[in-house]
Amino acid sequence: MPPRSPQAAHARLLDEVGSVDQVGVEQRVAKFTTRSIKKEAKVWGLKTAVSMTDLTTLEGKDTPGKIESLCMKALRPLEDPAVPPVAAVCVYPSMVRHAKAIVGGSKVKVASVATAFPSGQAHLRTRLAEVRGAVSDGADEVDMVINRGAFLAGEFARVEDEIAAVVEACGSSALKVILEVSELETFDNIRKASFIAMGVLRPGDFIKTSTGKTTLNATLANNQVMIEAIRDFYLDTGIAIGMKPAGGIKTAKQSLQFLIAVKETLGDAWLTNKRYRFGASSLLNDLLRQFEKERTGAYQAPYYFSDAAESY
Amino acid sequence: MAAPRKSAGRPSPRLIFGDLWDFDPAPESADPKLKARYDLFIGGRFVRPRSGRTFDSINPGNERKLAEIALAGPADVNAAYAAAAKAFRPWAALPGRERGKYLFRIARLLQDRAREFAVAETLDGGKPIRESRDFDVPMAAAHFFYHAGWADKLEYVVPGASVSPLGVVGQVIPWNFPLLMLAWKLAPALAMGNCVVLKPAETTSITALKLAEILVDAGLPPGVVNFVTGAGETGAAVMGHPGAAKVAFTGSTAVGKAIMRQLAGTDRRMTMELGGKAANIVFDDAPIDQAVEGIVDGIFFNQGHVCCAGSRLLVQEGVADLVISKLRNRIRVLRVGDPMDKNTDLGAINSREQLATIRRLVAAGVREGASMYQPPCVLPEKGYYYPPTLFTGVTQSHRIAREEIFGPVLSILTFRTVDEAIEKANNTPYGLSAGVWTDKGSRILRMSTELKAGVVWANTFNRFDPSSPFGGYKESGFGREGGRQGLLDYASTA
Repeated sequence: MPPRSPQAAHARLLDEVGSVDQVGVEQRVAKFTTRSIKKEAKVWGLKTAVSMTDLTTLEGKDTPGKIESLCMKALRPLEDPAVPPVAAVCVYPSMVRHAKAIVGGSKVKVASVATAFPSGQAHLRTRLAEVRGAVSDGADEVDMVINRGAFLAGEFARVEDEIAAVVEACGSSALKVILEVSELETFDNIRKASFIAMGVLRPGDFIKTSTGKTTLNATLANNQVMIEAIRDFYLDTGIAIGMKPAGGIKTAKQSLQFLIAVKETLGDAWLTNKRYRFGASSLLNDLLRQFEKERTGAYQAPYYFSDAAESY
Repeated sequence: MAAPRKSAGRPSPRLIFGDLWDFDPAPESADPKLKARYDLFIGGRFVRPRSGRTFDSINPGNERKLAEIALAGPADVNAAYAAAAKAFRPWAALPGRERGKYLFRIARLLQDRAREFAVAETLDGGKPIRESRDFDVPMAAAHFFYHAGWADKLEYVVPGASVSPLGVVGQVIPWNFPLLMLAWKLAPALAMGNCVVLKPAETTSITALKLAEILVDAGLPPGVVNFVTGAGETGAAVMGHPGAAKVAFTGSTAVGKAIMRQLAGTDRRMTMELGGKAANIVFDDAPIDQAVEGIVDGIFFNQGHVCCAGSRLLVQEGVADLVISKLRNRIRVLRVGDPMDKNTDLGAINSREQLATIRRLVAAGVREGASMYQPPCVLPEKGYYYPPTLFTGVTQSHRIAREEIFGPVLSILTFRTVDEAIEKANNTPYGLSAGVWTDKGSRILRMSTELKAGVVWANTFNRFDPSSPFGGYKESGFGREGGRQGLLDYASTA
């Protein structure tokens, strides 16, 4: 019988899911940044990125008024009807009912962070109660954080059980599991945590990079490690899990690079907001700005675009 | 990760790499500033060939004529050697730091005109603009910079001994990295104080002759570098010329052997960088996705026109199915086509002849029973193109496992133990490079000792640096290029 120590747990899981070489991942993703997206392809990419955006505000100073402004922007990012609404607004649980009042009945979903976001350092019963509260207020989607402490201590069963409990608490709402990659630190750990989460998720649920509250958020490299995990899990089980990079994606150019990674790793079936999202606030206006540039041939000043979240 | 499970009753999941998001053409638009006719570069000037003959340089991407190139006959080669001999004494007598200045100037001028050179390289040779822009041209500049740094430090190259230049060196380079191979050969020779007569490959002469413009702009003394263009006969004249103190050749093993026969019994020094059939070895503990990427870089870089290409993949049996299925998915998203498109991953095969060679060897692979996979891709109608190709079920006795194909064709073999991997990897007349993929450091060290190859890459492939010597074992040649070792191949030590 092999040892059951936490350290051995890491080794066993690594053996099962395989390791990741940092230099190799970074070389792979560098190629995405050399792709040149022009004309029609660029417009398609920009529109698709808009439709995948989870327009986010997660601040202590959020008010119903701020949420209203965010929701209006989410429903109609630009006057131009060619630009689709965003995928969802992402808010704190206390703001869910305010958001629901505006976007309810539209295509735009309400996503709520929960489970003692961003640290996750609360009793499980508290975290689950928070999830149930958000769902009963009308959250279509819940963004949870995993227990990083338990993960790093090798208590994988606990991490998995907690995610499973949140899945149950979600009912019919979709779940996005935030791995908080900067606290997992290694690509090996990101891959391992992805598999732990996917093991208990339902088709249509997501894994997500970050809370946006730490120093390092979504990068092409950690996105790549996670979408390769999603691909391997899908080919192995037939269960299609979605992906949400969040935090740090501020420009249209970056978002197109992420989409190129999706196109070349997961394929066409993931180029939809049912399976891929951007967690972002300032990204949306840059997408709109690029869209207007493609349409008119000139860059508009930032103040031509209504400001839903962070300003320029 | 185990290989994909097949459960009963459920169709196995597949990835769709379709046309949902087709990229628009993204052609590089910089002007390559080509001349309609290129003369020989002898004694610091462009001169008409005494032979009176010319040949055409063709763009392999669309089969159109790019320029007319002078064909150097024996009299032209004589003139080039005479110019170099005349330039040698004053050049060698210059203080190293002065020679270094010229090299720095060449490197900077090349950087200034990087885009123009990248476009010219792609038009002339067929490689994707992404590679000539991001690899060939910057790396060529890096070699000039690196050796410029050596020029004033030559008294420290060999502790306790002094080094001196050899004289005039004859150099013949291949068509796969025209500008880069030229930089590899010119820079150390010049830093040490030698003069050069160089012949580019007949299908890719243009960037050498464009570099001649830079040499003029840099004020390099006339005759220090001379370019004679032409095909095999010109090359033989450059290699066999009695005025050469040393010859350096990069190309096929067959031609290398012919040169060695020609020069046997003379005191001519030689550096030979010849063919390869490198083993890229993947162990079951390797990071598989990165290994797959390394395999792709190893064989599809520059359409596989790379002497150190990882053309034999050796996979440990336990992960063979997984590696092959991932590799198939990976090459489905490689973009084959117009080399000038910034999104092209695989450009054009360099020449009609090379395309015929690839087709012949692939046909031999099929005939000998290996199973072939090519992803669906639409090739341009005009130009020389070949899709990325995988062969599975290959054994050591297949021709495609033994002969250098020099194209985008990978032969996949399996092994069970470390010893078997070493045995199979070394079971080839070549020994230029090898790759090892494993998480185990001690195994990397053992493999790098036991593999008979000049370069062994660990958990990566096809990485180059001017400070790292490059060269072969066995029939892949001898002598080194790059680093201190490469520099000393252009010096006599006393």
